Amino acid sequence: MLKFLLQRLALAVAVAICVSILTFGLLGATIDPAIAIAGEDASAEKIQALREAFGYDKPLYIQYANWFGSALQGNLGTSPYFGLDVSKLIADRLPVTMKLGALAISFAIGLGVPLGVIAAIYPNTWIDRVALSVAVLGQAIPNFWFSLLLIIVLAVQLELLPVSGASTASSYVMPMIVLGTNAVPAIMRLTRTGMLDTLQADFIRTAWAKGLRPRQVFFKHALRNALIPVVAVTTIQAAHMLGGSIVVESVFALHGLGMLAYESILRSDIPTMQAVILIFSGFFIVFSALSDIINAYLDPRIRVA
Amino acid sequence: MTDQAAGSASIASWRIFIARSKVMRHYGVLSGGLMVAIVLAVALLAPVLAPHDPYQQALLNRLKPPFWMTGGSWSFPLGTDHMGRDYLSRLMYGAQISILIGVSTALISGALGTSLGLAAGYFGGRVDAIIMFIVTVKLSIPTILVALAVVQLVGGSLQIVILVLGLLLWHQFAVVARSVTMQIRDMDYITSARMAGCSSLRILMTEILPNVLNQIIVVLTLTMASAIVIEASLSFLGVGVQPPLPSWGIMIAEGKEHIFFRPWLVMIPGFALLFLVLAINLLGDGLRDITSPQGRG
Repeated sequence: MLKFLLQRLALAVAVAICVSILTFGLLGATIDPAIAIAGEDASAEKIQALREAFGYDKPLYIQYANWFGSALQGNLGTSPYFGLDVSKLIADRLPVTMKLGALAISFAIGLGVPLGVIAAIYPNTWIDRVALSVAVLGQAIPNFWFSLLLIIVLAVQLELLPVSGASTASSYVMPMIVLGTNAVPAIMRLTRTGMLDTLQADFIRTAWAKGLRPRQVFFKHALRNALIPVVAVTTIQAAHMLGGSIVVESVFALHGLGMLAYESILRSDIPTMQAVILIFSGFFIVFSALSDIINAYLDPRIRVA
Repeated sequence: MTDQAAGSASIASWRIFIARSKVMRHYGVLSGGLMVAIVLAVALLAPVLAPHDPYQQALLNRLKPPFWMTGGSWSFPLGTDHMGRDYLSRLMYGAQISILIGVSTALISGALGTSLGLAAGYFGGRVDAIIMFIVTVKLSIPTILVALAVVQLVGGSLQIVILVLGLLLWHQFAVVARSVTMQIRDMDYITSARMAGCSSLRILMTEILPNVLNQIIVVLTLTMASAIVIEASLSFLGVGVQPPLPSWGIMIAEGKEHIFFRPWLVMIPGFALLFLVLAINLLGDGLRDITSPQGRG
């Protein structure tokens, strides 16, 4: 297990470094950051001065080495648009996105697991079909439009919730529903197949034969085993979900990391953009490593291979 | 010889018959395929079907409601937008953009991902390790975020969006092509082709690719759906296809300004988008069920 753990961690670090090089190269190759800061119509001398001040006149690999060195010390540079330390900006915005992510994943589990269980208990009935349709619809509905739909129904027509902002706890309700719905289909489908498989196992027949009540068979015996793969998928879904927060936070004007990413992209604020992209891929790398480790812990065959 | 040819022909037509009846019996493929066909027909026939020029502004006719609401009329069946352009015509031309983005992105990413997957699965060893590492790195890049950043920096246009999405959505092709290739690369007919002196490229193209194609088509449809959604999201955020092109994402963004009093401006293009994505997903999921029954879930 320890060997597997170390290998997985080494892979995660290697991937993180590659992603940082790639994004640095991509952003550096597509735009001249000095022009982005100064504006299109700035004088050549001003642009040159900015270039020298920020070190943009050096070759890209030296810029990367400098950036990497200071990033290791927690210094991600200064945002030309916000005029603040990028690390401070991120520290300010991170809690909102974390809160949103935690709420959304709870919502997805709260909806996906019961739906999957009910669908598996009554397979090929109208209940099963309704659950599957929810999954199909949840998979197809675009985040940004679902957000607007909720605003129209819940905020404008029924006046139940605020349209946007993060002033009160109720501001999180609609973003939570939208982001959570993304993960519902995967969780629901996996719970359903897991339950269906488990319900055919010998130990379930034994449980029935012992004369256990249905509730005990379904929840105490079957569900526990069916949920093993769901745990790993949920971690991956959580990572995907955070990536979707850029759209949802922008629609609801929720000042989290996703909104920060959107603002920095619109202002061509390279240092912030670079840092935010890295944070989001960092989330994904950590969560997918976590998911692999959980899988290996639960299923010994994986760590041997 | 002729008998043999006739025999194999009848077997082939028999196979097609079975495949077709399977398709016909599959509710998802049938309804999804029909829905896709409708959108495709509307997109292709937009110049004929559209009642107005989608770019024609008429400030006297601004923000007319659709026909079923009071004040609506049949001359603008779905009403008009904030510039007085006919909403139905814009919707129809918008279908062209979505389909174009979906198909071209899926083809670019499909070519890229499938080649990588075939190489990884066929050669194995170090080639496989390197390609899988690239796939892992790709997976860790937040798609929407990077697409937004690059399209914004380079400048939004139809071609740029297609190219960027094509370069960002290939991983699933690679994973699927690799696993199918690994299953068949040691089969006897591949070995005999190698014995006969065929080059690796030729074996990959003529022996392995045809067997991978079924699964690739499934990934193709699902990638098409995500490309369409991402394009709409980018355009909605103002960083994608640029106005006055009638991308459904742009229409929703423009309608958002009127969300309080004219919600249909957001609802109509949104339902079109949902309809198309749902259709493609139904088709893709159904095709997966048919080609690999064990993939059902």
